[in-house]
Amino acid sequence: MITFRLNTHSGVPPYLQIVQQVKQALQVGILQPGDKLPTVKEVVTHVAINPNTVFKAYRELEMLGLVEGRTGSGTFVKQRPAGPSPEVQEALGNDLEGWVAKAQKAGLDDEAVEALVRIALHKSQK
Amino acid sequence: MGQTAIQTKGLGKRYGSFWALENCNISVPEGSVSALVGPNGAGKSTLLKLLVGLSTASAGNSAVLGKMPQQHEDFLSDIGYLAQEIPLYKSLNAADHIKMGKHLNKRFDEEFIKDRLKDLDIPLGRPVGKLSGGQRAQVALALALAKKPKLLLLDEPVAALDPLARHDFLSSLTQAVAEGGLTVVMSSHLLADLERVSDHVIVLAAGKTQLCDNIEPVLHEHKLLVGPRADAKNLGDGVTVIHETQAARQSTLLVRIEKGTKLPSGWQQHEPNIEEIILAYMGQAKEGGEK
Repeated sequence: MITFRLNTHSGVPPYLQIVQQVKQALQVGILQPGDKLPTVKEVVTHVAINPNTVFKAYRELEMLGLVEGRTGSGTFVKQRPAGPSPEVQEALGNDLEGWVAKAQKAGLDDEAVEALVRIALHKSQK
Repeated sequence: MGQTAIQTKGLGKRYGSFWALENCNISVPEGSVSALVGPNGAGKSTLLKLLVGLSTASAGNSAVLGKMPQQHEDFLSDIGYLAQEIPLYKSLNAADHIKMGKHLNKRFDEEFIKDRLKDLDIPLGRPVGKLSGGQRAQVALALALAKKPKLLLLDEPVAALDPLARHDFLSSLTQAVAEGGLTVVMSSHLLADLERVSDHVIVLAAGKTQLCDNIEPVLHEHKLLVGPRADAKNLGDGVTVIHETQAARQSTLLVRIEKGTKLPSGWQQHEPNIEEIILAYMGQAKEGGEK
């Protein structure tokens, strides 16, 4: 089962952080259709946040068509969001890990690596 | 929209010639977790004591769960109150406190509190004076929750706790809220904690209410504007400056914007977080008092 974490200094509203973490978990295959999301009580026990924040996140995920609430039994994953399959993502992730290792060997620190990624993203958008 | 758990009108408390709380108008919706914030001496504890009937108002009135606050069983049975100093009998153990709770309350869930303390690994037989600060706070919270209150008033419950004990305390609290039917008002100086557990905020400063609203609309209504210094005065109708910081050539303004108002051009716009907004209101009150 997925566990959530919360970054109070990121500027991203807490409910959106939960939505993003579920989406990410779906994309990389940590969560799959049919899986149950933790109950609101389980989430607030773990991260100590307002229960309404979790309700709101789950409602949002429901509206996106990714999960469905079943009365009395909880919230379940309905489908993966659009995008490449977990296998494709994993392969891309492996490629990137290789590239990061190369960059570190060349003496780049984390900041320089992030800057390069951002520049590459920027160029690809043109 | 739900019901209102707390409503005050012109509520005030005077000690001699000093108004500890003045013209306080707040409204707390049922089911919310409200953060009561403000500098020391702002009137937070005074307000909580008035709401629970431990002190009588010098002005105005309040309705708490639809009733007038008073030290009477009919009123108090639905209310849990945890004072700042965590009032427990240090030489008695948790089991003694549970026995007392059973005798003193019409409704007291003994099974709940025993399970709860067991989950938290808190020994029932040890005098509470020998428990850690975090454990003592948990015992006090569990005792308050065992009454199955509809409203819980907490006066700086986590002030003296280490980060882990604080997290555990807030986790117990949010769990109780998740079970439903509970409204919480909690005063604290730890804005980051309040941001995650609260959905409503009350800012008191200089004995007056500066802000009282649900956090979500508050976030939408406030903006942080950065622009050239000369522009600070020409913001137009519907824009209220809450706090301004002036540098040589630049003004940084935290403003409240009425719905449908168009923002003046020439300003860089940022989304403030609730912490910045609360600080702005507290700063405004301080400057107002000094003028």
